[in-house]
Amino acid sequence: MTELLDSSSLKRLMAGHAGEIGLRRVDHGDDWAELAFDYDPRLAMNAANGVLASGPIISLIDSASGLAIAAKIKTVRPMATLDLRIDYVRAAPPGRAITARATCYKVTRSVAFVRCVAHDGDPADPIAHSLATFFFTGD
Amino acid sequence: MDFDSPYAEVIGAHPNRATGEPILSVSWRPAIEGRPGFIHGGVIAGLLEMSCYEALAHEFRGTGLPKVKPINIAVDYLRGGLMTETHALAQIVRIGKRVANASALCWQDDRSKPIATARMHILIDRQG
Repeated sequence: MTELLDSSSLKRLMAGHAGEIGLRRVDHGDDWAELAFDYDPRLAMNAANGVLASGPIISLIDSASGLAIAAKIKTVRPMATLDLRIDYVRAAPPGRAITARATCYKVTRSVAFVRCVAHDGDPADPIAHSLATFFFTGD
Repeated sequence: MDFDSPYAEVIGAHPNRATGEPILSVSWRPAIEGRPGFIHGGVIAGLLEMSCYEALAHEFRGTGLPKVKPINIAVDYLRGGLMTETHALAQIVRIGKRVANASALCWQDDRSKPIATARMHILIDRQG
């Protein structure tokens, strides 16, 4: 898995938009992965109050969810998000890093199912919950 | 968006009033790339969500937009987002006392071939 996360295809995934918002890998296990990004005023929806836009939180959840699938199947397969549903259970006050822990709970031949929880410091007090499905492209 | 939005600037989202509708558009830039050659799914979802706020602000033009909060969003990804101009537009399906229901569409060259759709619930705080 360590080699997996160092693979060039994965490095490319962490470039582009993931790099732009400063995504970093925190940890991973057999069927889960944790990504985070630090607070950055560039990612605020409204400069006047500094509250994060949801866009970076969705990108974080989308990327963490994809990575959880790689952790579960122990390889990087080309895939695309089929659908993603997010509940914003509370607002995140500006200034704190956001962490997302995604768990891939089922993989079939062509579809992977992932749930994810995002928090701003206390995993027991989340800011968002999500459910997503991905399908494997190509092959 | 009638306010300074740093995130909108990062992804390059800007109002597009070519048809008179509250469309938001994003031009291709490396900062929005996800898997190589395609727009990041989070950027598409972020754009769809912003288009819901844009449409709500359009509904409230004149009186001004009350304080709003996102409740949830469900995004369907229909096609990969290619390295070209991307647009999003939402319809406000219903505005209640507390909640607005929005339905949004994201497309590139052909509006009849959306690359993603979304449904969103927005909490309206008329006191705030």
